[in-house]
Amino acid sequence: MKRTLVIALVLVLGVSLLAGCKPVAKQPVTFVFAKGDAVELDPADVTDGESVTVMNNIFEGLVRYKSGSTEVEPCLATSWDTSSDGLVWTFHLRKNVKFQDGTPFNADAVVFSYERQRDTNHPFHQYGKWEYWGWCFSEIAKTEKVDDSTVKITLSQPFAPFLSTMAMFTMDVVSPTNCDKWKDQWFAHPVGTGPFSFVEWVKGDHVTLEKNANYWGTEPKIDTLIFRVIDDPSSRYLALQKGEVQGMEFPNPTDLPKITQDSTLTVLSAPGLNVGYLAMNMGTDTPGFQKPFADVRVRQAINYAINKKDIVSQLYKGTAIPAVNPIPPTLWGYNDTVQDYSYDPAKAKELLKEAGYPNGFKTNLWAMPVSRPYMFDPKAIATAIQADLKQVGIDAEIVTYDWGTYLTKTEAGEQAMCLLGWTADYADPDDFLYVLLDSDAATVGSAGNVAFYRNATVHTLNKEAQMTTDLNKRIDLYKQVQQIVHDDAPWVPLAYATQTLVFAKNVKGFVLYPTGDYHFDTVSFDTSK
Amino acid sequence: MKYYVAKRAINVLFIVFAVSVIIFLLIRLAPGDPAITMAGEHASAVTLARMRTEWGLNKPLIVQYFVWLRHALRGDFGQSILTHQSVLVELVQRFPNTLELSIFAMTFATIIGVLAGIVSAVRRYSFFDYASMIVALFGVSMPVFWLAIILIMIFGIRLNLLPTGGRLGVMYSITPITHLYLLDSLLEFRFPAFLDALKHLILPSLALGTIPMAFVARITRSSMLDVMSQDYIRTARSKGLGEKAVIIKHALRNALIPILTAAGTEFAGLMGGAVLTETIFSWPGLGTYIVQAVSARDYPAVQGAVIFVALIVALVSLIVDIFYSYVDPRIRYE
Repeated sequence: MKRTLVIALVLVLGVSLLAGCKPVAKQPVTFVFAKGDAVELDPADVTDGESVTVMNNIFEGLVRYKSGSTEVEPCLATSWDTSSDGLVWTFHLRKNVKFQDGTPFNADAVVFSYERQRDTNHPFHQYGKWEYWGWCFSEIAKTEKVDDSTVKITLSQPFAPFLSTMAMFTMDVVSPTNCDKWKDQWFAHPVGTGPFSFVEWVKGDHVTLEKNANYWGTEPKIDTLIFRVIDDPSSRYLALQKGEVQGMEFPNPTDLPKITQDSTLTVLSAPGLNVGYLAMNMGTDTPGFQKPFADVRVRQAINYAINKKDIVSQLYKGTAIPAVNPIPPTLWGYNDTVQDYSYDPAKAKELLKEAGYPNGFKTNLWAMPVSRPYMFDPKAIATAIQADLKQVGIDAEIVTYDWGTYLTKTEAGEQAMCLLGWTADYADPDDFLYVLLDSDAATVGSAGNVAFYRNATVHTLNKEAQMTTDLNKRIDLYKQVQQIVHDDAPWVPLAYATQTLVFAKNVKGFVLYPTGDYHFDTVSFDTSK
Repeated sequence: MKYYVAKRAINVLFIVFAVSVIIFLLIRLAPGDPAITMAGEHASAVTLARMRTEWGLNKPLIVQYFVWLRHALRGDFGQSILTHQSVLVELVQRFPNTLELSIFAMTFATIIGVLAGIVSAVRRYSFFDYASMIVALFGVSMPVFWLAIILIMIFGIRLNLLPTGGRLGVMYSITPITHLYLLDSLLEFRFPAFLDALKHLILPSLALGTIPMAFVARITRSSMLDVMSQDYIRTARSKGLGEKAVIIKHALRNALIPILTAAGTEFAGLMGGAVLTETIFSWPGLGTYIVQAVSARDYPAVQGAVIFVALIVALVSLIVDIFYSYVDPRIRYE
């Protein structure tokens, strides 16, 4: 009797154990990510990353970046051709795609999405400020429908980086019927073609998205995606520890060592599309020009004199890596054969002597008044550089202004040396090498090229790369530019800021994009633990 | 009484006007400007100038102020530079969040504070008296962000009892009627959501309420001690009244005025949105709104929010003043 009882008990236990293992009807998966709040949810009318993060998952453009890379691949357009003069781009659209509200995706939707930004007479133009259109897309003359699944975009001048700009959130395609329904309130009710559709946005609290059941691409692995607003980075970390959220962005640098040691968490980190640098003013026509900087040996000496590794490791607190080239290593076209100047004060002194400054010289070093990811603590960085330069006899006085004045004055070339940086919006070396180092950008008073570096070969190569649409050719041209810039040394490239995300250990499949885009359709997580 | 209220109301208007001038100048004196915050690295001198013109920031300060004042008087606080939305609409959306937290924190602070104060006063120099006054001293002097983090670490993570922040768990959603989640969930008969909203209120209320609680406890104690030594208390005792009746009916009633003042002032302060508590607990109230607006140098939003808060604080103190001139007719502010 007793024995039967024991056997019965064991059986019951065994069965219940098995039942525990068996996947009972698939549980819906909710994934919560902690970040700051969105500002608006119209892809063409925002300038901030927090809004873009949400919209990356709702909207799509004609092209997109390949997973984790900066190379462009087809998305809502399956292919495209360029006219021989590079002015007309024809996009062939993906068929049988529907917006999340059921509206068919077609040429009309594309024309609507772009023309409302460009055409001041468009009935929907009044509902936005369209800042990015002015910054990045002024070369688009018009967008026209050829037939239901073909769109023609005409540029005012040939511009190869155009394809990279097309992968930006600004060029996401929106549902025209939905815009029409909500008018000026549309920004709070987004509808696109992406893997997740919008459910609700409680301002300051959370944004909820759910899986788009009719998505044309690979089905997302999570059913509900929630972006919870937690502004304070330390509070985000606490919520992650507790398991209230499964992922977070921008951890507090002071929390980083603790986070890295936590075995229940995964840290993902990679350089973004940015660079922080020190520019030496070579413009003889600028008010701030000083004679020593015309000599390449002096500029190289300064590159040798600065202990970049120490500055990055000690002053950026693990949020950046040392820079070599003007473009970050995560961007296509990066020249990895360029050898960075080593830290070598003796060599620096020797070069200065050759250049005729054995005892150094007096100069100034401008430091930004604000902290940016690529320039974590400009004042401290300037002080460290000042000390390094002192070692080789160069006496640099630190100068600073408020941010607006700083930009205006450096664009007018009032400095000898200045700290500055750049965050690119779209992944193309043109957005660094042309904007920051071409002679076209070195106009006194409105210079993006604050080194006033004017090299004719660099200009020719940059221009050629803007005209050709052959990717391999462009890569080759940009590699040449980087080598020349390195040899001419108008800059000391300082740091590439990294983007850091933290996830619970059981979260899989998140891919970091150098552009800082977050796509959650590939993310899965194991809820059984 | 009417005359008194009118006089106080004019006083309030004057204060709000003064605040508006101060905040208008202060936010413009702070380094950085909205054009640069928006344009970031795109900022070329031309772009910046165009943006400033669009927002009217290129006009002389005095003109800017009167343009703003003219609109504000009509209830139009302008459009936020950051979100392109009406500032007033955004403030009205966020105010109930702050209100709910303040009411909860103040209720907690007043009940515990008054009770501790009474017991301390009645059992003067007892162990409880010393202990509660030391705790109160600790409470007044403790930095609130530190207390908040400690509370989260203990109750949120170690004991795993309460959420670390937010207003409601992700599995619940409430259709806002009053935007006070406790009330809304009850109106919809959604008890699990009610309990969850309550859980989310506890830690921020503790963090936010500790300072007012300590303050109220100390005021209650000293006010009670003051009253307890009055002749009429001795009379009450000598005519044979029970100790309970003496304390509650005779002593507490007379000690109430300073307590009311203290609680009223503290409550008015909380209504302005607790910047630190709201930030740490991700509470989407006025405090976090102001932080966001200031860091973006969103001038219209900062001005609107500060005026809004000034109005609320002034109104609450006005109500408290009127209320206790009613409780104690001897009091009239000159």
